[in-house]
Amino acid sequence: MDGGFFSRGFLGRRREHDERLPPGQYLEDGFPVLSAGPTPRTPLSKWDFSVVGEVDEPRRWTWEAFRALPSEGITTDIHCVTKWSKLGTRWEGVSVDTLLDGVETAAEYVTAYCDGDYTTNLPLEEVTGGKAWIAFAYDGEPLEPEHGGPARLLVPHLYFWKSAKWVRGLQLTAHDIPGFWESLGYHNFGDPWREQRYFGD
Amino acid sequence: METVPETPRTKSLVLDVSGWEGHRAGQHVDVRLTAEDGYQAQRSYSIASAPEDEGLALTVDRLEDGEVSPYLTDVLAAGDKLELRGPIGGYFVWEAKDGGPLLLVAGGSGVVPLMAIIRHRAAVGSDVPTRLLLSSRAYEEIIYREELDDLAAGDGSLEVIHTLTRSRPDGWGGYGRRIDAEMLREVAWSPGETPLAFVCGPTPLVESVGANLVDLGHEPARVKTERFGATGG
Amino acid sequence: MDELRLDGNAAAGTLGEIFSFEVTTAGYACGGCGKTDVLGGAMVYEVRGLGTIVRCPGCDNALIRLAHIRGLYAIDVGGTRYITTG
Repeated sequence: MDGGFFSRGFLGRRREHDERLPPGQYLEDGFPVLSAGPTPRTPLSKWDFSVVGEVDEPRRWTWEAFRALPSEGITTDIHCVTKWSKLGTRWEGVSVDTLLDGVETAAEYVTAYCDGDYTTNLPLEEVTGGKAWIAFAYDGEPLEPEHGGPARLLVPHLYFWKSAKWVRGLQLTAHDIPGFWESLGYHNFGDPWREQRYFGD
Repeated sequence: METVPETPRTKSLVLDVSGWEGHRAGQHVDVRLTAEDGYQAQRSYSIASAPEDEGLALTVDRLEDGEVSPYLTDVLAAGDKLELRGPIGGYFVWEAKDGGPLLLVAGGSGVVPLMAIIRHRAAVGSDVPTRLLLSSRAYEEIIYREELDDLAAGDGSLEVIHTLTRSRPDGWGGYGRRIDAEMLREVAWSPGETPLAFVCGPTPLVESVGANLVDLGHEPARVKTERFGATGG
Repeated sequence: MDELRLDGNAAAGTLGEIFSFEVTTAGYACGGCGKTDVLGGAMVYEVRGLGTIVRCPGCDNALIRLAHIRGLYAIDVGGTRYITTG
């Protein structure tokens, strides 16, 4: 139908706009589950997390070793590119700085890779300096599989598709390799405050 | 546009779509709503009417926190315009010439596309042996209950078997549980009769019934499925 | 949750705007496991607002990935070895 058509009396969900939110976002009560594939069910006995790629030596942690690392509580806002935001979400995780501590690299980029085929790419400096964690708990409880458990990447200053669920490692790379959504037209960087949703924004 | 209440939570809308070129039983349409500020929401609805019927019928299950269904059941009125895309689908369709025997299995609103198949079958006077196994939560929530009773009463080659999963009226003698392998073994045609099966409803039901039918020996290529996601049933 | 998973019927409307042939009866060979079937039987994950992902029911390989971006479709069929019109 032509532009200008609208459905009489259709309002859509009531959306509360809040000044604390980036442009185009609304406040969401629930925690929507968006999944591009079947939910992985890796048992903790088989789970590991690795730092690989352009590094002096690859690192690897079993679940026990990972959970023995220092972790911290994080309270932060999250913003999904599908326009919902949640303020003050509570997580617990291991800082990526901790995992990269002592790693020698000249790489400028990182690809987070996950169970299933999901990947996302970021500049290395966007996951360091206290900006990113591997989170294993949400709202005081172990992270549920539908929300990315046992562990997901948490990079709250970027759109939430960058906070890759079911993360299993970080691959440090010399070149930027567009990930799952980035290679389909989503913005390579994804800053919600500059509304960088799609390529070219 | 005409509205036909079906159950306390579902309503059928019979639409007059100018230029509609016809459809096949089992197909669906995508409905898109646009608010004045440009916001859009889209959902798929199976076509409930037979290709031979006047007007295009959609049966809508009104979800309490739904975005589109309450608009269709409560707000849309005669004279309003509705944006539709369709008819869609070439896989989950049946025409009388496809033969049978026909095994139709549905949970909740999954019965809608199967009703189009049953109505088409009746409209062309087909006597392809057909069994509908319909899972609903309660007697009052059986969609098309009276029409199905009437059709089955007048047609020896159509059988309708109900199962009620949450509550049953006093004196209910039928099945009273979720569809399982045992029920399918009792109700389905035997694999030797090579039925065509159509299974529709919430994803967990469809996947469980599909897997059970294959385990019972039915040919996977003759078991067609349409998943409605998490809702309903 | 896997309860949200749909099948090829759900993607048919969107894919029908991109392809001129009937998608649910179109055949494919999976680039992951080699399985051949029709797209109507494939698993569809509607990632509401982000895109549509069609996966092989045998090995979960993403056969077709679709995003709707600013009125345009971006489509990646690289997960299939081929698609045949029905």
